[in-house]
Amino acid sequence: MLDHQVLFDQKIEQEIRIEPKDWMPDDYRKMLIRQMSQHAHSEIVGMLPEGNWITRAPSLRRKATLIAKVQDEAGHGLYLYSATETLGITREETIEQLHAGKAKYSSIFNYPTLTWADIGAIGWLVDGAAIMNQVPLCRASYGPYARAMIRICKEESFHQRQGFEILLNLSRGSEAQKQMCQDAINRWWWPSLMMFGPNDDASPNSQRSMQWKIKRFTNDELRQKFVDVCVEQVKTLEMQLPDPQIKWNEETEHYDFGEINWEEFYEVLKGNGPCNKERLDARRKAHENGAWVREAAAAHALKKENSFNNVMHGIQTA
Amino acid sequence: MESKPHSENWPLWEVFIRARQGLDHKHAGSLYAADVQMAIENARDVYTRRNEGISIWVVESKNIHASNPEDAEEFFDPANDKVYRHPSFYHLPDQVKNI
Repeated sequence: MLDHQVLFDQKIEQEIRIEPKDWMPDDYRKMLIRQMSQHAHSEIVGMLPEGNWITRAPSLRRKATLIAKVQDEAGHGLYLYSATETLGITREETIEQLHAGKAKYSSIFNYPTLTWADIGAIGWLVDGAAIMNQVPLCRASYGPYARAMIRICKEESFHQRQGFEILLNLSRGSEAQKQMCQDAINRWWWPSLMMFGPNDDASPNSQRSMQWKIKRFTNDELRQKFVDVCVEQVKTLEMQLPDPQIKWNEETEHYDFGEINWEEFYEVLKGNGPCNKERLDARRKAHENGAWVREAAAAHALKKENSFNNVMHGIQTA
Repeated sequence: MESKPHSENWPLWEVFIRARQGLDHKHAGSLYAADVQMAIENARDVYTRRNEGISIWVVESKNIHASNPEDAEEFFDPANDKVYRHPSFYHLPDQVKNI
């Protein structure tokens, strides 16, 4: 019989998906647990900055859209938590890691949503960057992760389009609305570029992840694709991306762009962003305040089961 | 009273969705729910927000038993040497039609 490791390597090589009960190297499992749970946390924490605007959405249409979008994020979190659990970690453990500040989530959600235009910028840029990252993950080597990503990507497209539509409306509005639109783009552009993670030479896990075919493109490759797409899209908005160094490069056939402020990136990652504390507090509070609901539902289920058993018992003895 | 983590008292359910009349129920994912009613309602909210289904089955995950991937080779071996179970095994002249 072939060695486990050899079989695993063959499957990866031949693009055969790894499924939950299959043998896999410990480090592969660990890498997936880390990445997938972070991803799940990001979906859940990502509901907060947008949920913040549901009551203040400027029309019923926008409000219905925003509720649907936030509900989608909850669903995405659930798909990913479920997929993560297939690797042998429980839901409580992953959530506990988030609440204890041990697990990371996407740093982008540690920035505040100051105006309505931010909801547009999040849809266009933040969801746009997320889609760029997530589409290749639909082919990730771990089956449950890939399947969750396919579902998520199907739903994510509406998120980005509704965001662009918000910005487009603002960009055709009053002077104040135009300014609001530009201001939101200015604040969200750089953090969105940071979503792709450190430069390739500073990202030790990337290479491993690509060998295992979890990731299919490097951070810098995906970031470049995103810049290329956005530079074109922003023209329709008649707005500017806040980077004077953006310039078409004939040789590479890509847009060059300026240096990311990596100091800011690492500060936010360490927990020193504008909203890190607020986000975690909100998650913990939601979990604690929901405890009685979970208990009541369990008690109700038990009571129903008991009364069903009593009835059945009555029938048998009658 | 200290609250217990929810999956300790909420069972895990596997969700199967029939997308359209005439199709099989297909595995969609899983979720925790206190009872069957909550499982079906949550499955509706999680897995059919965009008309993906017209019927839902939920089964407590503990009731699903699976073959062992470690044994897959031996377990499925009996089918490997029975090519005569496939139509292409039988050679007929070309003039025989509709068969």
